[in-house]
Amino acid sequence: MPKFNMDPKKHPMPSQEPLVRNKNFKEVALGYDEATAVEEAKRCLNCKNKPCVAGCPVAVDIPAFIALVAEGKFEEAYEVIARTSSLPAVCGRVCPQETQCEGKCTRGIKGEPVGIGRLERFVADYHMAHSSAPAKKPQPNGHKVAVVGSGPAGLTCAGDLAKLGYDVTVFEALHVAGGVLVYGIPEFRLPKAIVQKEVDGLKALGVKIETDSVIGRVLTIEELKEEYGFEAVFLGTGAGLPRFMGIRGEGAKGVFSANEYLTRTNLMKAYEEGSETPILHAKKVAVVGGGNVAMDAARCAKRLGAETVYIVYRRSEAELPARREEVEHAKEEEIVFRLLTNPVEILTDADDNVTGLRCIRMELGEPDASGRRRPVEVAGSEFEMEVDCVIMALGTSPNPLIKQTTPGLATQRRGEIVADENGKTSLDGVYAGGDAVTGAATVILAMGAGKTAAKAIDEYLRSK
Amino acid sequence: MFEIVRKEALNPTVMRMDIKAPLVAKKAKAGQFVILRADERGERIPLTVAGCDREVGTVTIIFQIVGGATMTLATLKEGGCVADFVGPLGTPTHIEGLKKVAVVGGGVGCAIALPVARALHEQGCEVTSIVGFRSRDLVILEDEFRAVSKHFYMMTDDGSYGEKGNVCVPLGKLLAGGEQFDEVITIGPLVMMKFVAAATKPYGIKTVASMNPIMIDGTGMCGCCRVTVGGEMKFACVDGPDFDAHLIDFDEAMKRSRTYVEFEAKAREKHCNLFKKEVE
Ligand code: FES
Repeated sequence: MPKFNMDPKKHPMPSQEPLVRNKNFKEVALGYDEATAVEEAKRCLNCKNKPCVAGCPVAVDIPAFIALVAEGKFEEAYEVIARTSSLPAVCGRVCPQETQCEGKCTRGIKGEPVGIGRLERFVADYHMAHSSAPAKKPQPNGHKVAVVGSGPAGLTCAGDLAKLGYDVTVFEALHVAGGVLVYGIPEFRLPKAIVQKEVDGLKALGVKIETDSVIGRVLTIEELKEEYGFEAVFLGTGAGLPRFMGIRGEGAKGVFSANEYLTRTNLMKAYEEGSETPILHAKKVAVVGGGNVAMDAARCAKRLGAETVYIVYRRSEAELPARREEVEHAKEEEIVFRLLTNPVEILTDADDNVTGLRCIRMELGEPDASGRRRPVEVAGSEFEMEVDCVIMALGTSPNPLIKQTTPGLATQRRGEIVADENGKTSLDGVYAGGDAVTGAATVILAMGAGKTAAKAIDEYLRSK
Repeated sequence: MFEIVRKEALNPTVMRMDIKAPLVAKKAKAGQFVILRADERGERIPLTVAGCDREVGTVTIIFQIVGGATMTLATLKEGGCVADFVGPLGTPTHIEGLKKVAVVGGGVGCAIALPVARALHEQGCEVTSIVGFRSRDLVILEDEFRAVSKHFYMMTDDGSYGEKGNVCVPLGKLLAGGEQFDEVITIGPLVMMKFVAAATKPYGIKTVASMNPIMIDGTGMCGCCRVTVGGEMKFACVDGPDFDAHLIDFDEAMKRSRTYVEFEAKAREKHCNLFKKEVE
């Protein structure tokens, strides 16, 4: 047994300097080296009751993989993670560990928790860099399953089913696989080459990926089942239409949804010289909203050359829904926070270009249904901010396409697909999970849902 | 990869291509669109379906060369391939039950108006087609239109072909003469559709315009295809592309469509320079 390292603090993550990185799209966090990973791993007490595992939506055996890291057995550590997680390099980067595994870590009671996320990332990157052994293809069991959407929910579900021997085909509407991992989360948080490698890993397991396929339009769920012989279908179609505020000026030039802004930047690589996709190179940008997507959009705007980028959020700092780490990163990169501020109108010139944002100050009143204190307007406090671009990051409502084209599929009033705790929908053999069911949530929750559904699909097909 | 089975220039800036995409061909209906990328680095270009051949499995697209992406597309050769071809997207044009319709097309929009006119004709509807172009050398698809129309009006801005004037001239005359249409369907430049809507409004004739806003995904994810219709925000790729022309905020749509003109102009210049280099 290696000796424990009782340092109360995590080993810091080596990162690009804030004022350097806010001008490039390279990854912000550089990752541990081997020596640091081993030292950090020695901080784990290997608790018997494994509170961290209970905090992980895909139940990675955390103490087991960390013990192997402490012994320098990185490849073996990878095998432990890969048993339950389909996308370790992604999770190590984008999971909110502070509220999950690390939030439950015993070391966190009297200091900082073990850097579980950083170690997971280290192990996954080590594997990608060193392993050349092709994945063992599981014995085919002769059953076909279709997965609609190649985001975190779909990829996880596909991976788990492929490992059980199912013949899995993933249908993706866009021209590359990855869903929000490629169009939403920026390169500097999650390099697209990493997503591609994870996808390649699934292909090596035998998963087929059909891009350019909008299910509901080119083929319906019914056709997949009746004509193409898929015995079960998993719907991981993700979040859909972006929400706007309904204020004056939202149709002006220079107003974007965060989805559009991020898609242009990340998926279409508008930041690269020579890209055919246009993007507005604004000088002063206001991003409305306080979630991770808002932080991503703000940090992209900065990197695209904006001099000033504001986050405009109607509650106070404590209520920001974004991960703490993302807020800190944004601040370090000189993003300006205008809290307790709510836009009331987008100002435009005669040509409909954005010239400013009229806002009103807010204060916090009584708690609302969500338990957070409700922001209320301060009468007579309106003021104007000079900006030439406004990005709305207010969340999304589920994609209407599948609902419109799948008779009999029950949905909530707002359009979320109705699914039970195993992902089973109102249609026989059709399962769903991720944002399509819950509305906008996190990557890891979507992965958890994909995993649960894979298990349920396996049970369903075995019992048939 | 999707093969370009046939390529043909319809006029100096408008190109027709038949692309092999059997699944799309099987499903596509008049009024729906596709999104394609010419190559691995290309922009996603939305184009309304101009026709399809279910037997051979091809989809016809007709496009105007306007910016970098369409220029790249135009350089591809017959027998070559486009990298991506997705569809059919959007909701088909509602034509059921229509008995007498005026189809009003302008410029390259006529390429999209034609399949609608044809579908109407095939269901036994009496079609009056009014098409407008800038000048004679830009005229496309005249014979095809004539074949499916009971009445046909050709207009050019400079009078070099057909009658001189815009499409609202014959439309206005017909309406003033007491002509009754179940519906007027208009597809073309935004200003033209705006004026068509203004012309039919006093007569209370239902008028539908096919919008072609800026798009990226075409599946209801990015929100850039939004159009204000009757004061409400609609998304052309899932709610449209057809909307009630009397309710569309055309002025806003026109301004939005100019968001990237500068970028497009630059891309055009860059491309032209590239071509120059090749020639040298
Ligand atoms: S094109 Fe993206 S939502 Fe319509």
